[in-house]
Amino acid sequence: MKSENLLQIRNLFIEGFYENQWNTIVDDISLDLKRGEVLGLIGESGAGKSTIGLAAMGYTRQGCRLASGSIKLDGMELFGASEEQLRSIRGEKIAYVAQSAAASFNPSHRIIHQYAEGPVQHGIMDYEQARKNAVKIYDRLFLPDPEKIGLKYPHELSGGQLQRAMVAMSMSCEPDIIVFDEPTTALDVTTQIEVLASVKEITEKMNKAALYITHDLAVVAQVAHRIMVLRNGGLVEEGETRRLIKKPKEKYTRDLLSVRTLSEDKNDEDKTDVILKVKDVYATYNGVDNVLEDINLTVRQGRTVALVGESGSGKSTLARVITGMLPATRGEISFLGQPLSPDLKHRDKNNLRRLQMIYQMPDTALNPKQTVRTVIGRPLDFYFGTRGKEAEKRIRDLLTRIELEPAKYIDRLTPELSGGEKQRICIARALAAEPDFIICDEVTSALDQLVAEGILALLQDLQREMNISYLFITHDLATVKAIADKIVIMLEGRIIEQGEKTEVLTPPHHAYTDKLLASVPVMDPDWLDNLLDKRASTFLS
Amino acid sequence: MKPVIWLILRRAGFGFLTIIVISLIIFIGVELLPGDVAEAVLGQNATQETVEAFRKALKLELPPHVRYWVWLTDFVQGDFGRSLANGREVSGLIGWRFANTLFLALTTAAIAIPLSVMLGMMAAFYRNTLFDKVISITTLSFISFPEFFIAYILITLFSVQFNIFPSMANINESMTLVAKLHAVLLPALTLTCVVTAHMMRQTRAAIINVLASAYIEMAELKGIRRLRIIMRHAFPNSLSPVINVVALNLAYLIVGVVIVEVVFVYPGLGQLLVDSVSKRDIPVVQASGLIFAGAYISLNMMADILSMLANPRLRQSQTS
Repeated sequence: MKSENLLQIRNLFIEGFYENQWNTIVDDISLDLKRGEVLGLIGESGAGKSTIGLAAMGYTRQGCRLASGSIKLDGMELFGASEEQLRSIRGEKIAYVAQSAAASFNPSHRIIHQYAEGPVQHGIMDYEQARKNAVKIYDRLFLPDPEKIGLKYPHELSGGQLQRAMVAMSMSCEPDIIVFDEPTTALDVTTQIEVLASVKEITEKMNKAALYITHDLAVVAQVAHRIMVLRNGGLVEEGETRRLIKKPKEKYTRDLLSVRTLSEDKNDEDKTDVILKVKDVYATYNGVDNVLEDINLTVRQGRTVALVGESGSGKSTLARVITGMLPATRGEISFLGQPLSPDLKHRDKNNLRRLQMIYQMPDTALNPKQTVRTVIGRPLDFYFGTRGKEAEKRIRDLLTRIELEPAKYIDRLTPELSGGEKQRICIARALAAEPDFIICDEVTSALDQLVAEGILALLQDLQREMNISYLFITHDLATVKAIADKIVIMLEGRIIEQGEKTEVLTPPHHAYTDKLLASVPVMDPDWLDNLLDKRASTFLS
Repeated sequence: MKPVIWLILRRAGFGFLTIIVISLIIFIGVELLPGDVAEAVLGQNATQETVEAFRKALKLELPPHVRYWVWLTDFVQGDFGRSLANGREVSGLIGWRFANTLFLALTTAAIAIPLSVMLGMMAAFYRNTLFDKVISITTLSFISFPEFFIAYILITLFSVQFNIFPSMANINESMTLVAKLHAVLLPALTLTCVVTAHMMRQTRAAIINVLASAYIEMAELKGIRRLRIIMRHAFPNSLSPVINVVALNLAYLIVGVVIVEVVFVYPGLGQLLVDSVSKRDIPVVQASGLIFAGAYISLNMMADILSMLANPRLRQSQTS
């Protein structure tokens, strides 16, 4: 071996061009990676973790540049290497697994051709040999029908399968190092396990070194030997996984660890005023197949009902039915004791006002051409006819309420805000209507952990102060544990279990609830192994 | 998802509907021309009897919707009526001219499409370099000149100065293919100059747009060569806008080349249409109008269908 370290990065500085100048985005990072070792890079977005991962391949995204330092891959200096030299190591010596396999597979080519492209183009083997290897590795990663699955196009595979196919693709040239860039972030908890298991299969059994990039400490704890905590491009703390989780040195790491302990358990039975009642509701998109069947649930004033399920379980559809965007075909929805017209068009303004919605993607929910003032001012004008000075005062109040300084934010255009700030503006827009009930559709899933917690804490404060009810749609059970009073679990368009939080979270559960709960990673390095062992043994018995 | 065959059938249905609507517009438009057709054609001095006879021959005494129906059904059967100017069969007048128009369009397309797609790909590959800028400026300059200007420049250069190609592109059926090609090369080159910029820029933009995708970054990180990334990863995914702009330009080559035809005295359909409008030869105008509309609509329809087939999501839904 040419050097002890497969990858050795020393004093790396990377700069990004924005606000008309070069700014340091990776600040003096050094790291070593040995054969068979997995190094976890953890931090929030903007921490520079993906940039470091890509720099390990000698690659920078548009608008970034390697400023100084040294990146040695198996003894070869990548800093200042020619395009052709870099091309020859990419894929062959160091491979990349992207966050979204759905976006990172070319939609026009079959999976197997994309797998084989690397080894064939690098001149390592011919297509037939690559195809045989692919089948073996697909089999190893438990992809269904490994002989034929490669002939499919990317859109024909599920998200979890696609992500595993991408893990397989990264192995096509048998590289020494694989960079995993948030490979499970876009997935449901149950599919996340499949991918984590395949990451483990590759790194442990096939003895590859890996950089594992994520914002989720519980996930990285399952696969990494060592963890580096990053913030704003700099290193916060580095350590062996078990040590770091047991005894974090820095406050920031402790913050990341001590997550999701927000809720005080409101187990009071005295509140009986029902805000929303959904009774025997059915809905369909095409008039034939019911996407929702037999839905019954109630939401009480000042309480939070969490609606949980995997993607495709009908949670968002139920939100559309409640808001009237998709009229229910059968059943009744009543709001504050009054029956609510199933169709949005027949609801009066007052009912529209009292029922607001906050969306998953604050980027797309805000008009990029509008200022914060216009965004929040619009519902004030629409529902109350408030304009001019009075509106200005309300907007400033609302901004204070969502903990954004009015003077600083009121004239900003929405694209100038960060993700968390945008989501706060969406909340202020909903609050402007003075609603009784807000549907929150995956409002934190696009946000970083600490930002998401800030949003959750804000929502809880608002609930306490203004006695608003929430229907909280999420696939993240940790969020549910943190804020829900009542939990409703959906599967395939039906409610399979519902009840008070403590009731649902205490065994015995419905079998599906059990699976869902067991799939949430906990801050324990042995959790994944134990879970996989357990599954294997139940499978064998 | 619906099977792609249904999407195609639906698209074809829309195309058919559009043609019917256009035929109505052509018919009504001609109806709305001021004055009496018979008197306009026969002139001030025609006697009452000749005018009557003429109206009868043209079935002008029938109500408009009946005439429309008769005209349309005859048209579908290939009977385009008789020219008012010389009494010859309109189909005979139009037929060989339309063939000529198609010949010129196809010759131009054979030069222009590969040229502009290639240039577009190269401009995307070397984007923001000197090469890219030179291509952009050159093609844009060509599109900015009027067609006849380019035509006369080419004539001055290649016919007058060097005498390689004829300035009159007068072709007839007795010529061999090579002779015909030799004759139409100058008009074809003129048209190439006109359409290349549009197609090239669209190709470049479509490819650059796709180059921002995550799967392009993935391909780069797999260590694939840049040229291969453009050809194999970017181009197939930018086909749809390219197909559309190619179809639009093909349609233009069939429908909009009358100026070039006039400059080169080329016996195409466009020139016939202009002549007939000035002579008020209504059957010819109607027939050529409908043929042009048909060409335009079917080309656009083909573009849409090809775009559907280029998308594996739609193509696959057929089997699943």
